[in-house]
Amino acid sequence: MSEFECVMEIPEDARNPVEPFLRMDRMPHIWCPGCGIGTTVNCFVRALLSSKSDLDHVAIVSGIGCTGRVAGYANLDSFHTTHGRAIPFATGLKLANPKLQVVVYSGDGDLFAIGGNHFIHAARRNMDLKVICVNNLTYAMTGGQTAPTTPGQVISATAPYGVFEPAFNLVQLAEAAGAAYVARWTTYHVTQLARSMGEVLNKKGFCFIEVLSPCPTLYQRRNKMGDGLDTMKYYKEASKIRHGAPTGECALTKSGEIVVGKFVDRDRPDYLELMRTQLHESLGERYAEPEAVCGL
Amino acid sequence: MAKGFVAVTVERCKGCGFCVEFCPTKVLDLSSAFNSKGYHPPYVVAGEKCSGCDLCGMYCPDFAIFGARYAR
Ligand code: SF4
Ligand code: SF4
Repeated sequence: MSEFECVMEIPEDARNPVEPFLRMDRMPHIWCPGCGIGTTVNCFVRALLSSKSDLDHVAIVSGIGCTGRVAGYANLDSFHTTHGRAIPFATGLKLANPKLQVVVYSGDGDLFAIGGNHFIHAARRNMDLKVICVNNLTYAMTGGQTAPTTPGQVISATAPYGVFEPAFNLVQLAEAAGAAYVARWTTYHVTQLARSMGEVLNKKGFCFIEVLSPCPTLYQRRNKMGDGLDTMKYYKEASKIRHGAPTGECALTKSGEIVVGKFVDRDRPDYLELMRTQLHESLGERYAEPEAVCGL
Repeated sequence: MAKGFVAVTVERCKGCGFCVEFCPTKVLDLSSAFNSKGYHPPYVVAGEKCSGCDLCGMYCPDFAIFGARYAR
C-alpha cells in the first residue's frame, strides 16, 4: 500500500511542500493534537518560498518552550538557545554576519518573560531581526503557569482562582519599544500570516509578528474552552481585521474580540546603519567595514 | 473531474480536525477508523470537489495532509 491512503489519483511525484524545509527524520513532532505551532510552521515555509529567500542565508533561532522546538525541526541553519536568550544569540549572529537573514521563532513566555529585557532593547536598537512569537497565553511546556501574557480571569496552574495581574499587550509593547513592523494574526489566519511573514523577510529592521495559537492541553482544557478546533472556531468568530489600529486598543482578553492585522510598518535606520554612520563620522578613513575585516 | 487532489499521511495525523473544518469545499471527513496511535485521520468524502488549494496543508499542524492541483 502506498504511503498516502486515498481514493483519489495521486501523482507519483506528489510531495508535501513543507517536507524539504523540515528535518523529516525527527517527525512526528512533540506538539500535542490540536496545538497550533505546526500550523505557523506551514505559514513560515510558504513565506520562505514566496519571499524567494536564499535558504543558505536564513538562520533560525529559538529559545526554550514548545515553540522553541521549531529551530530543531527546521531544515535550515538553526540554533536552540537557553531560556530567554534567543534574541541576544540572534543579535550576535546578525552583527557577526550582516548578510544573514536572522529569524527568531519562540513563544510568549520565552520572549516576554525570561527574555523580555532582550526584546525591548533589540526593538529599541532596531536590530535587523524577524521575531515570530507564537503566543498561547501560557507557559506550556512547564505545565501551564501564569505568563505575562495570560489574560485576566483565566485559570492557570499558578492561578487556581483566576489571574488577577494585568497582562502585556505584545503589539503595543513592540510598537512602543521601536519595532519597524508589528502585526498580529491567529492560527486561523493562515494566508494572512504567510503573507505577513513573507513581508518581514523582505523588510529591514526589527519586525515582530504575534501569532495567537491554541494550547488545548494546558490552557483551553483548564479553562473549559474545548480543544484546538474549538479554539480555531473562536478565533474565526472573534477576530476583526483592523490594519493600522492603534495598538493600545488591541489588548487581548479571555474570550473577547481579537483585533488582528498589520498595525505598524515604518522605516527607521537599523542598528548596523547607525553604527556605520557614527563610526564613519568619528573615524573617517580609519573605519573599515566588518565584512572587509572578517572576510565574510 | 476534480481540479486537484489531496493526500493524507495517515500515520502522522493526530486527528485535530482542522483540515476537515476549514476545507472550503468540504472534501474531507474524519474517519471512524484509527491509525496506529489511536487517532482518527481524515478521509476523502467528496473528491470531485477538491480544487487543490492546499488550505488543508496550510492548517495541518502535523504536516500530515496536503493538496495540489493536477498538472494539465
Ligand atoms: S503543551 Fe500546548 S503549546 Fe505545548 S505542544 Fe502541547 S498544545 Fe502545543
Ligand atoms: S489537520 Fe492534519 S493532524 Fe489534523 S486531522 Fe487533518 S490531517 Fe490530521
